[in-house]
Amino acid sequence: MVGLATVFGAGGGTSSYREIEDTDVIVLWGSNARVAHPIFFHHVLTGIRKGAKLFVVDPRRTESARWADRWLGLHVGSDIALAHAIGREIIAAGLHNRAFVEGSTTGFDDYRAAVEPWTLEHAEAVTGVPADAIRELAHAFALADRAQMCWTLGITEHHNGVDNVLSLINLNLLCGHVGRYAAGINPLRGQNNVQGGGDMGAIPNKLPGFQDILDDAARHKFDTAWNCTIPAHHGWHLTQMFEAMERNELRALYVIGENPAQSEADSGHAIHILEGLEHMVVQDIFMTRTAQLADVVLPATAAWCETEGTVTNSERRVQRIRKALDPPGDARDDAAIIIDLAHRLGHPEWSYPDAESIWNELRSLSPMHTGMSYQRLADLGGIQWPCPSNDTLEPSYLHGRLWAEDPADRGRRAPFSPVPWAGPVDQITAEFPIRLTTGRRLDSYNTGVQTGAIASPMRQGETLDLNPDDAMRLGIDDGDMVRITSRRGSIEAPARFDAHLRPGLAFMTFHFPDEIDVNVLTIEANDPKSGTAEFKASAIRVDKIMSRVPSPVAGT
Amino acid sequence: MDLRFPQAEPTLSEVQALDVVLAPSTVAEGWQRQHGGAHRARELRHLLLPSLHALQARVGWISPGGLGELCRRLDVPPAEAYGVATFYAMFITEQRPTRVVHVCADLVCHTRGAGALLDAVEAEFGAPDQACDQAGVGTAFWKPSPCLGLCERAPAALIVEAGDPAHEAVISMATVADISVAVRQGTHAVAAEAPPEAAVPQTVSPFGAGTTPELVLLARVGKVDPLSLDDFRAHGGYLALRAAVAMGPTAVIREVTDSQLVGRGGAAFPAGRKWQAVAGQPARPHYLVCNADESEPGTFKDRVILEGDPYSVIEAMTIAGYATGCELGFVYIRGEYPRALSHLQIAIDAARHRGFLGPDVMGLGFAFDIQVVRGAGAYICGEETAIFASIEGYRGEPRSKPPYPVEVGLFGKPTLVNNVETLVNVLPIMLRGGPAFAAIGTTGSSGTKLFCVSGSVKTAGVYEVPFGATLRELLDMAGGVPAGRSLRAVLLGGAAGSFVRADEIDVALTFEGVRAAGTTLGSGVVLALDDSVDLPTFLRRIAAFFRDESCGQCVPCRVGTVRQEEALVRLTVGSRQAHDIQLLRDVGEVMRDASICGFGQSAWNAIESAIDRLGALT
Amino acid sequence: MNTRQETSVAAPRRAVMVQIDGDEVKVPEGSTILDACTAHGTAVPTLCYGETIDPVNACRLCVVEVENNRVLVPSCSRKVEPGMVVKTDTARTRHSRKMVLELLGSSVDLSTAPRVGEWMQQYGADPTRYGVGATVAQPVKIDNELYVRDYAKCILCYKCVDACGTEWQNTFAIAVSGRGFDVRISTEFDVELPESACVYCGNCIAVCPTGALMFTTEYDMRSAGTWDESVQQQTDTVCPYCGVGCNLTLHTQDNTIVKVTSPFDRSLTSGNLCIKGRFGFQHVQSRGDTVR
Repeated sequence: MVGLATVFGAGGGTSSYREIEDTDVIVLWGSNARVAHPIFFHHVLTGIRKGAKLFVVDPRRTESARWADRWLGLHVGSDIALAHAIGREIIAAGLHNRAFVEGSTTGFDDYRAAVEPWTLEHAEAVTGVPADAIRELAHAFALADRAQMCWTLGITEHHNGVDNVLSLINLNLLCGHVGRYAAGINPLRGQNNVQGGGDMGAIPNKLPGFQDILDDAARHKFDTAWNCTIPAHHGWHLTQMFEAMERNELRALYVIGENPAQSEADSGHAIHILEGLEHMVVQDIFMTRTAQLADVVLPATAAWCETEGTVTNSERRVQRIRKALDPPGDARDDAAIIIDLAHRLGHPEWSYPDAESIWNELRSLSPMHTGMSYQRLADLGGIQWPCPSNDTLEPSYLHGRLWAEDPADRGRRAPFSPVPWAGPVDQITAEFPIRLTTGRRLDSYNTGVQTGAIASPMRQGETLDLNPDDAMRLGIDDGDMVRITSRRGSIEAPARFDAHLRPGLAFMTFHFPDEIDVNVLTIEANDPKSGTAEFKASAIRVDKIMSRVPSPVAGT
Repeated sequence: MDLRFPQAEPTLSEVQALDVVLAPSTVAEGWQRQHGGAHRARELRHLLLPSLHALQARVGWISPGGLGELCRRLDVPPAEAYGVATFYAMFITEQRPTRVVHVCADLVCHTRGAGALLDAVEAEFGAPDQACDQAGVGTAFWKPSPCLGLCERAPAALIVEAGDPAHEAVISMATVADISVAVRQGTHAVAAEAPPEAAVPQTVSPFGAGTTPELVLLARVGKVDPLSLDDFRAHGGYLALRAAVAMGPTAVIREVTDSQLVGRGGAAFPAGRKWQAVAGQPARPHYLVCNADESEPGTFKDRVILEGDPYSVIEAMTIAGYATGCELGFVYIRGEYPRALSHLQIAIDAARHRGFLGPDVMGLGFAFDIQVVRGAGAYICGEETAIFASIEGYRGEPRSKPPYPVEVGLFGKPTLVNNVETLVNVLPIMLRGGPAFAAIGTTGSSGTKLFCVSGSVKTAGVYEVPFGATLRELLDMAGGVPAGRSLRAVLLGGAAGSFVRADEIDVALTFEGVRAAGTTLGSGVVLALDDSVDLPTFLRRIAAFFRDESCGQCVPCRVGTVRQEEALVRLTVGSRQAHDIQLLRDVGEVMRDASICGFGQSAWNAIESAIDRLGALT
Repeated sequence: MNTRQETSVAAPRRAVMVQIDGDEVKVPEGSTILDACTAHGTAVPTLCYGETIDPVNACRLCVVEVENNRVLVPSCSRKVEPGMVVKTDTARTRHSRKMVLELLGSSVDLSTAPRVGEWMQQYGADPTRYGVGATVAQPVKIDNELYVRDYAKCILCYKCVDACGTEWQNTFAIAVSGRGFDVRISTEFDVELPESACVYCGNCIAVCPTGALMFTTEYDMRSAGTWDESVQQQTDTVCPYCGVGCNLTLHTQDNTIVKVTSPFDRSLTSGNLCIKGRFGFQHVQSRGDTVR
């Protein structure tokens, strides 16, 4: 979100799912959408059926990669090197969109200089991707009338995740693949309201509707509406909060619907920090590991089926959620709890009879949501932002302004980002010779709190997935129990052969933290710009401890 | 594609069998594989059917390991491949002995004693579809078969032995002793097959110089070495193609149109209009499909041409491809024709080797080549859209029309589908000109016609006569009903055709003649039934044929053919129920009115005519 | 601000005039006869038709008479042509519909197929007149805890295969196998679902027109006699898993989610979900004890 906001001013994917069905080239980069975003992948499949070519860039030959016309299996963390090589090749072949670059972007010369060293051969040496594959992607992407660049956590969960994103956006700018129907740049969100949370101002630097917190006029509007004074500085993102807790600057924490005790990298350290707080309130639908550490636990409702409200998806579509069930026990919905809390904190004026009244307040303050009445949201099956008008809808893609005939109408030009490449923080050495990356499986979600109840016949519990040749070199057979050690900790898990993993690469999920807490291993090397941790790149050592276990550890 | 494959491993034999069809696998697996996806899979899908044949031929069944290996190589989903394999009668998906004897149980053989033969075989070897352990032959099994297209020498059988190489042989005028030898000893113990021309009485037993019509389509059968390109050329071969190229594609189509040639596969659609429609389609490429899936019970004329004069089919296809802008043609040949397949393949290879097929045919400046696709035991694949599905590697299910094949055909491209007999008519049209061709026959039916005369006649075989001959004349040519018997009825057009009574045989065998008489020529089947034939059993066999061969796609045909057979059984062997005739009519009407394709639409024809014309079942 | 209003790439469509039961109806080019009938307000019964699936026109229930056509045509798939004259209710169409219902009713268990009983009455279908004939009766397949397959209720509409295959899911766990009356929906070698490619998205259940494919929750409640659609409520909401934002319709009975579907008319999902959206609802109903 940070990367897109930096370049375009708005932190949202530029296209709609529907547009991917009408595109010519699709690049999935660090995204296993087949597994992590299955219904988005349906749109990709429709695009393929209609003739689109698919490239997948991923260290693993994922389920998505197996659908690709060409898979580019790069070394973990070498994304910028690969992106720069693609950019260099496009420029060298004279295939960049000169009109767009000249008329709608800035910083091209610096970018060209930054990518100049990244010849195909150099990139092959750094990324492990054959030069001809890089060339093929570069030419297909540049020659396409319309192309889509999509990514997920494989790009962002790095110490330099924002730079990774910027390096991909560069490619779209280079070819003019943005601001047109079916050409765009799309991050796929991991949770159903990641986008909405940011849109609502739950990020340290923005007010609702991406209004800058440092913008006096914007702040003043909210001050007036809310009868308060909003501090004129950025807040902390999660990683900064943890750092503040460590420094004893942050002493109390109110956690709503998060499970940082298990979801943070280097979880042992995270738990230690949470235990040191003076006061922690956890509001959740489950008694999570984090909730167990809390002083006060507020039982909440499951938002998606016990609450009225809205969520916003990866194509910026605001959709209503509705109450289908009465919540169990004393559980109450998040808004009611927060309002009650406000009353007890001395603000009896907080008065919202229902979710719609809260929403209408937002509409009055956030221009990009103004046209989204509850009625319209229901009638139209959700509405994509921006929607400033009560009568009309905007195009399904963003930034059409960049193609305006009159340069004056193009607004702020989109800047190229000559970002530097830097490999993963956690280095591969003789002691830690294997690269561990993490991801998801189809039938599980995050730490498994919600999906554990699915009686999925596919679930096989946590395993350490290894390239079979690597495993055999280590004397490990399929199913053997192994110890996995990183510079931060050590866990045990059954090994599983996966011929789709390149040599030197291992894979685990984080779906079963109660049995096998993978985040004991991961590194808390955070991106300074986004606060996202480098879940995707740890260095590990694997030792066999016992031959084939009777049955893999079952899910919860 | 993120397909999941069976855990079972293929055997070395299965891998080697696939290597022959697919070339040894060079596609890396796991992380070493960079290329893939749906586009590649689509390009390979047509290799599914030949690959299934390769597995079946080598090990005698399609095993989970073999199927899995095939699916991995072609990126075909295993469930789909299994669905395709189980569609075809010749593919077996449970382990069986490697030798199988298919004993024809169909209409013509039935009139020639197949019923008793099957009973005797079952008595000796036990139930079909399982190893003949009862007779101590665990390496073989037998099964009753639909028409093998050997009707002039009924009853017939086909032996198939899996292995490297596989062996196939046919048995003519089979006795239980012949079947017994085949089951026990295999193909090498079976008597050599008679030459192709033995099926054409006109070539070997002229009925007097004055009465034998000039053979046009069959002129070379028995006169040339069918495998020799030079002999073909010595007998006028490739003159028609030269003539065609000399006049140019537009004129070729004009001549075909002027010849008033209509399709001989059964639908009688004007060939020139079809050619014109394909030639005029802007979408490219265009494909040509020669329909050699002649499976109508009692039909064997295409087999005789393919066995006896295969180059004529190649030449005719080359002309059709030239005229309609097809650079690739397919011959879809039914799986039960081992000799026709072999002759055709040898001829195509020779023609390609000598430049009569390929990127520059005869140096005349156009490209044309032919691929042979072998069917695997599914009558429905002769339907003009089912044939596409089968070639493409899918279940041979007919598609809805429109769109018609000339617009959206094979691989979704404009496609010309003609049957073998239709195509070979193009040779005389090129040599004599369309108008001269049209002068043969009658005003409504031009040219000559091949009739497959079988059943209760003295000399069964393929007969070529100009349109206009009567059914009586044709039966007389075949020597008439054997002495001591009298003609009861003739089944015209095969199982999908209809009966005519003995007093109706003066009908002229022209399209207009049979239409006026309320019957059909169909594919040219003339199956004579004498007074000894058990008509109810014969009708049940027709019903069983439709039940067995329904593809199962649409409700009227899938369930209707079953209900039709059940009612016939009740009417003929069980307690006769008055309402069953009405039930047959009700079922027949929905099959005719609402089935997807011509198969279901005609599944009631013969039985209806037996009731209404012959007074059967009443 | 936005200078380009293009939101779609569909070419402009002409209008076509057709005649439905004597009335002129104007529909866009490329519409089917069924579309035209719907536009005209003429009810045509359908079984194998699915609004999100390319028509396979296998059941032949929707056949109509089209002038100058020798046989009846399936309205669900035949495209309209200018001047087409369509009759939806003639002796021939009524006979064919009656017979299709009889043929299915005599061979398949249609007890959980919505509307079929009503059509049987309307067309005077009597499936009992075939006596003891062949049927597709077979044991229910229960090989996982999420959904059951009762192929005794399968009319072979192909929709589950198409939803699992190229139309949507592209998992290809099931296909049509066999031939003729022996055609079955099957995995490879009929292996059980956990051995197959199935990913339990349930997109097959969503399109099944007869209840042959059914949530285990529904199957168990029907078996126990507690399934009661008259007291069920349907609530539209959004899936909580991942950021795609799939539309869910929660079917609830007695404050319990008993089934999950997705609206067919939303281009976001077109009725499709993944295992998490389809079956990931249990957690909200099993957490009562843990909330305090």
